[in-house]
Order: sequence, then C-alpha cells, then structure tokens
Amino acid sequence: MPKVSMTVNGKAVSANVDARTLLVQFLREDLRLTGTHVGCDTSQCGCCVVHVDGKAIKSCTVLALTLEGANVTTIEGLAQDGKLHPMQEAFRENHALQCGFCTPGMIMTSVDIVNRKGNTLDEQTIRHELEGNLCRCTGYHNIVKAVAAGAEAMAK
Amino acid sequence: MYQFTYHRVDSARKAINLAEKNEDAKFLAGGMTLLPTMKQRLASPSAIIDLNPAADKLAGIEQRGRAIVIGAMTRHYDVANSKIVQDAIPALADLAGMIGDPAVRHRGTIGGSVANNDPAADYPSAVLALNATVFTNKRKIAADDFFKGLFETALEPGELITKIVFPIPSKAAYMKFPNPASRYAMVGVFVARRGKEVRVAVTGAGSNGVFRASKFEAALTAKFHVKSLEGVNASADGLNSDIHADAAYRAHLIGVMCRRAVNKANGK
Repeated sequence: MPKVSMTVNGKAVSANVDARTLLVQFLREDLRLTGTHVGCDTSQCGCCVVHVDGKAIKSCTVLALTLEGANVTTIEGLAQDGKLHPMQEAFRENHALQCGFCTPGMIMTSVDIVNRKGNTLDEQTIRHELEGNLCRCTGYHNIVKAVAAGAEAMAK
Repeated sequence: MYQFTYHRVDSARKAINLAEKNEDAKFLAGGMTLLPTMKQRLASPSAIIDLNPAADKLAGIEQRGRAIVIGAMTRHYDVANSKIVQDAIPALADLAGMIGDPAVRHRGTIGGSVANNDPAADYPSAVLALNATVFTNKRKIAADDFFKGLFETALEPGELITKIVFPIPSKAAYMKFPNPASRYAMVGVFVARRGKEVRVAVTGAGSNGVFRASKFEAALTAKFHVKSLEGVNASADGLNSDIHADAAYRAHLIGVMCRRAVNKANGK
C-alpha cells in the first residue's frame, strides 16, 4: 500500500493506506479523529469540512494520497490549551446546535469564512457562504447569529 | 469505489507519459466530479494520475494582449477572486464564484470542469460564449469544436488540457438558475459580445450538453438590448426533463436567464 505523510493539527502523521482512502476515512479510521463527520458522502452536506493548507474543503471528496505534505486542521485542532476557539464558544453561547452532527463542519466552514471575508459579516453573506453546509434539526437562524458573533470574537 | 493504481506526478509531461501506458487511466484534477462518480461506481478507472503535485506548474492567470489565459489546474476560488479576471471579464469571475459552494470552489479546477463537460456545469457555457480556445499537450481546439455531447469532448485518450485562452469581450454576463440542492445549473445562460459578434451559450438545459442559442444570438446581433428579445423564445425540443424541471420549463428559463444576462451585461 502506498504511503502518505501530512501534518494534522500540528502533528506529523504518516501511514500506509489503500489508494481509495478518502481524507475523511484517514482522519477517522487511521487517526481516530472522529470529530469530522460523514453526513451525505456526496459532497453536499458539509459535515466533513476540514482545512487543508488554510482552506476549507470537503474531506469526503479528496484522496488522502493527494494531500501528501499538506497541512490539515480538523475540529479537534481548534481549541487551544483546553479553551474553546471563539467560533466554538459562539456556537455554544448562541445555542447554534441541537443534535450537533453538522456542527464540526459548520464551525470549520465558519472559521474559513472569517479568514476570507473578515470579522464583520452581515446575515446575507453568512447565509450565502454557508450554502455548502446542511443542518437538519435546528435550522439556520441561531447558526447565522453564532457565525456573526464568532467572527467578531475572533478579532479580539 | 473500485480499486485503482495511484500515480502521483509533478509535471504534465509525466502525466501524459503515464496516460499513454495506461489505457483506462483518468487524470485527477480537483476531483469534485470524478471522485463522487467513482464512489458511486459509475466510473472505474484502472489508474488515477494525480495532477495535484503538478498544480503549481499548471495553474495561473495572466493577461496576454486582449485575452485572459487560465492554467488548467486553476481552482474556481482563484478565478473568482482574481483581480485580472474581475477587471477584464467580470462575468467569468462571477461564474466561477457561483460554482458549487466555497469548499468545492477551493478544490475544483477549470480544466477538470471543461474536460468533464457535465451538461449542467457552468464553465462550458463561458468557454463557448466567449469563443475561448482550449490548449492541450497536443494542439489547440476552438470552443465550437470542443464540446461534443454529454460528457463528450474533442479530447483524445491521454490528451491533457493545459490552459484555456479567453478573448476579452466588450460586454458579457452569466445568469443561472441553480438547483437549490446541488448548485448545478438547471439553466445557465452566458451572453457575450465582442466586436459585432454576439454569442449566447446555454448550459444545464440541453440533453446533449452545452449549446449556442442561435435565435437569441441573431436577435442580439441586430441590437444588443433586452428589447431585441421580445417574442424570441427557446424551443423545448432536445431539452432535459427530470424531477427538477421539465423541458418546457427549462425552455422558459432560457429566455428569462438570457434577458437577465443581457440586462446585466448592459449594466442594468
């Protein structure tokens, strides 16, 4: 089996994998980082969003082998020193989750939105940018509020 | 997904050499269509030739004379946010920013989208309406000769798109009616005017893939104004019917999207 090496949440990892292994399988099954979820497996729902070299991507639609040498951040990599990332804290504060299944992807996408669009986000921008993330229980109202609050908190 | 042999290449030349030795091999660019297709077992290439390590050499955007040159591995995100594209062909930057969602745009590439020629993909309409030229490792292919039908192009086995050259139009706009779940175009219309020539390309609607709407082109060539389109309607013959929209509805949408695109191109 071919070998792949990358950096995940700041840690160097490598493994021999079946060529068919998707990044999300590599994260969940090889590295046991199960915060990244598989919702639809057809690149629509966004539950599997992680950052690769600083950009949000859907980890169910990329081969692990493609990411040789890449720098990957998952939801597990956001909190520092036992303290939630401001976006995580904003989701908690605004009750932006019910079952929580979509939350890791929502948060990774939201941090990416802030990275690209800055810390002041209007509702229309947030809703448009969250197009690739589906929530099937609470609806989006509190998620949108959380993203706006998290974006502001990230400036501090 | 069925098993395949994986090859990582760091140059176009190595990719082409490998493709010549592996008849059923597929090039992997962004993988935004190829990987889902393989997961559903609708495609089972014997080998994958991964172009991503060669992405830096095959990507890039520059203006050369009165044309914009975009490397095949350029991601949708980079086209959408390119100052060069935004200034020269804002319609093309708009189109790239409407593909899929942000995560898809971070990986998907222009070369992959054009080579795949999905009947509901956005880029083929821009290539056709802007009368672009597709450069491969072997030759250059005019847009009118490139798209051959559903997922069919003029590309031969083992032939690789290296760049696409878009002449800069005087006016252009793209309007699409996206499927609310997939963001693919139920109907997308790209209008472009360069000199006296007006081209109108329609994606998402045709059962044979992207096509030019000649009636609309003729009307707009007389005068590039939305009023020229009064009484001009698309025929439902040869259009797709599916659970999202029947052919008659798609025909209607062609007219609506074309009018909106002309207004947008005219700054209205």
